[in-house]
Amino acid sequence: MTIPTLDTHDRASDRRTDPATEKRRRRAAAFADAASAGWKVWLFKIVALGIVDAMAIYAILVLVVQEQWVIAVAIAVGVVVLNAIYLIPGLLPAKYLAPGLVFLFIFQIFVVLYTVYIAFTNYGSGHNSDKEDAITSLLQQSQTRVEDSATYPVQIATRDGEFFLVVEDPETGDLSVGGNEMPLESISSPEAAGYDVLDFSQILANQAEIGALTVPLDDDLNDGYLRTTDGSNAYLFQSSLEWDPVADTMTNTETGVVYRDIGTGAFTADDGTEILPGWQVWVGGENFVRAVTEESIRGPFIAVLVWTFVFAFLSVATTFVLGLFLAVVFNDPKMKSRKYYRVILILPYAFPAFLSALIWAGMFNQDFGFINQVLLGGASIPWLLDPILAKVAILIVNLWLGFPYMFLVCTGALQSIPDDIQEAGRVDGAGVWQVFRHIKFPLLLVSVAPLLISSFAFNFNNFNIVYMLTNGGPRFADASINVGATDILISMVYKVAFVGANRDYGLASAFSIIIFILVAVISYVSFRQTKVLEELN
Amino acid sequence: MKVMNKRALGLSAFLVGGAVVLAGCAGGGGGESSGGADNGGDSGAAENTLTVWVDADRERALQDVATAFEEEKGIAVDLVVKEYEDIQQDFITQVPSGEGPDITIGGHDWTGAFVQDGVVAPVELGDKAAEFEEVAIAAVTYDGNTYGLPYAIENIALVRNADLVPEAPTNFDDMIAKGTAAGTQYPFVVGLNPQNSDPYHLYPFQTSFGNSVFAQNADGSYDAANLTIGDEAGQQFATWLGQQGAAGVFNLNLDGDLAKEAFNAGQAPFFLTGPWNIADAVDAGVNVAVDPIPSAGGDIARPFAGVQTFFLSSQSENALAANEFLVNYIATPEVQTALFEAGGRAPALTESFEAAQADPIVAGFASVGAEAVPMPSIPQMGAVWDDWGTTEVAIIQGSDPVSSWTTMAENIQGKIG
Repeated sequence: MTIPTLDTHDRASDRRTDPATEKRRRRAAAFADAASAGWKVWLFKIVALGIVDAMAIYAILVLVVQEQWVIAVAIAVGVVVLNAIYLIPGLLPAKYLAPGLVFLFIFQIFVVLYTVYIAFTNYGSGHNSDKEDAITSLLQQSQTRVEDSATYPVQIATRDGEFFLVVEDPETGDLSVGGNEMPLESISSPEAAGYDVLDFSQILANQAEIGALTVPLDDDLNDGYLRTTDGSNAYLFQSSLEWDPVADTMTNTETGVVYRDIGTGAFTADDGTEILPGWQVWVGGENFVRAVTEESIRGPFIAVLVWTFVFAFLSVATTFVLGLFLAVVFNDPKMKSRKYYRVILILPYAFPAFLSALIWAGMFNQDFGFINQVLLGGASIPWLLDPILAKVAILIVNLWLGFPYMFLVCTGALQSIPDDIQEAGRVDGAGVWQVFRHIKFPLLLVSVAPLLISSFAFNFNNFNIVYMLTNGGPRFADASINVGATDILISMVYKVAFVGANRDYGLASAFSIIIFILVAVISYVSFRQTKVLEELN
Repeated sequence: MKVMNKRALGLSAFLVGGAVVLAGCAGGGGGESSGGADNGGDSGAAENTLTVWVDADRERALQDVATAFEEEKGIAVDLVVKEYEDIQQDFITQVPSGEGPDITIGGHDWTGAFVQDGVVAPVELGDKAAEFEEVAIAAVTYDGNTYGLPYAIENIALVRNADLVPEAPTNFDDMIAKGTAAGTQYPFVVGLNPQNSDPYHLYPFQTSFGNSVFAQNADGSYDAANLTIGDEAGQQFATWLGQQGAAGVFNLNLDGDLAKEAFNAGQAPFFLTGPWNIADAVDAGVNVAVDPIPSAGGDIARPFAGVQTFFLSSQSENALAANEFLVNYIATPEVQTALFEAGGRAPALTESFEAAQADPIVAGFASVGAEAVPMPSIPQMGAVWDDWGTTEVAIIQGSDPVSSWTTMAENIQGKIG
């Protein structure tokens, strides 16, 4: 037991008689200081957290103004948790993990959740905002200037906080004044009638209200109303749509057709005609159902799915074989100037893939490309015009882009295999091929197999090369949608969703989720398989 | 504790970034609008800034104009430079989120998609409308309203190397004959590509057979319900295209860049292209002349006219200032001429347009433009381009013209419903 001893020491230091004890005590205090948070650290912590909290409060205020409750609450909870983590003693692992988790949440989880959310909505062309915006736009668009009507020079006047148009009759020059729901009435001058005329800067300061002024010409609204779009001229407008906020209907005043909100995200007439823009609504699993049942999507989908697997598999296989071969060759100590060769081999890897793909597209040009002109002596091979050749071209380019990675990986794995295992094999009488086949290759696969799987997953979604090299073409001759022989799933999704008349982000998100599930399943099964390899060790 | 320090520092950076990103997502993602419902009394000077999306080319042309406007009216104009290709998509997605600009530049053919998504507001030109070229106003008119302010017109024409061929050709066959007689590598070049050929550049030949994509209404707007591309005249064009493909006149491997290179190097006397390639040709020492596009089918060969337009956002909180900028400022002869001088595109305002005719090259394009038809701006046009291009590729490569063409028309009809 050391406690009595410590007591003695304390008493001794109180008496300040023992310099050696005093020294030890000071050293201990210094250690304690360093081990707990000193005041500088505390100050820093408080300032840093203060900045974070201030930012969070600002963000929350902005979000509350925008009525984004969910995200505001998420930020509030997040920031409270963070404060707790860094202010409460202990919780050391959380202190280290928190920053990474914040990143993970913002850049991964939030994006994934948002994509899932979009997949269940009709977000896309004609449905890209909320109902309020759609109504505003519809009313805005339905206003047309009365044909051959005059231009009315106007001034903007104010009285009791409301705005009025002071209108000069273009023929007689007589003045009249009017406001929202207050038809024009004659006046001699705005000042005499108690109005203040605004100057240009005052007009600019109240643009929204002045822009929204609709002044009926007379008591009959069908005669039209005056609006100004620039604060100095007004025109006579008529509106062909009328919104009834109580019944929630749009009525076409010319044809009398009534459009109702029937829950599909657009005002719809009884005969099914919709008026656009509509708005975003929750559509449940409809997008997923369409992805598998709509014939124009399902037909080419099968062909594209098969090619995607073939493409991803062959891309990995070809690059791995070439990379491994080169790695073995350059790993041989008898090879001279290995360093320089290795550097040259890495070069394709150093170029941005989409740039390389564009250059290759030029090189594959049938009449002017380097490959036909120089390498093949002026042959006229339609590399990008023929479905089979286009697939071959894509695989060649992907081989060029991908082998340096495999070369690097294999070189590293080979160098980590201890020499004595090989020597033992040699001593036992195995040849070079047998050593490679039975010793090096299995050991190599243990470390490389997971990378092959992730490489497969990458190529499964290798949008760049397809889009830049062939753009999916040549197109299927008789398909009704714009999909071609070299399209893989992701580029098909892109085309179905974003190219052409109707962009459909909801369908695109649904497709992304389907692709994600495919890749996840493949990866899971493959990783389970690689455990078998690990047992070799 | 050193580690702690760094962690805390890093953490604050993450969090600051994170809060901003989340706030951004909220604005962009939630589909909620922060739009101008509440424009209370607190409108200071800061609010009188017009945000305008432009591409790099146009930024140069607009810079002085924007500065002058700011001095005159006290409204700052903030030019945000974007990639032209991204503008259409970004405008559609960002306007509803309240993050969009007040004004953006764009091609008039985007109008239909913009209206369908409710992101543009009509611009009332008033009596100014009469001061513009007719094709410009027709191009920006959609469903009875004018959307946007037109400021430049562009179209393709036949560009000739006058040193190689001194006279304009009278029709397509004459052009090929003259081009062959010139003894250059190609009698005639036009930029095509193996995926989509280029329906835009081939369209004048199509119209010379009397074909169009959609029927036009009396006021010049297009009737989405009446797809005419597959009619008999269209099939005649397809047959002709097949013949020319077999004869090797159209080369799918000669894309826009290669065609330009060939023309500038004197390897071809004729080049079907737009004003955007002229400056380089002149720099390369080509003696450029601009001719009407030779007819292949007997009628006048009418290219598409594209009208560069300023669109006004439907969610702009500065609508009055924006209208002031567009209608009372950009639509004046001085500014239109200044834009023309800085950008080289034929102005849309008639007075400036006529003044620009002093330049024979501009005049050459303009006289072809006088016969041009506005590119359809209805959203249904988006369904046309892809099938159109790939079918032309197939025909040039030798598949049966008439059946390919009618299949294409059926597919397009199926898409637009």
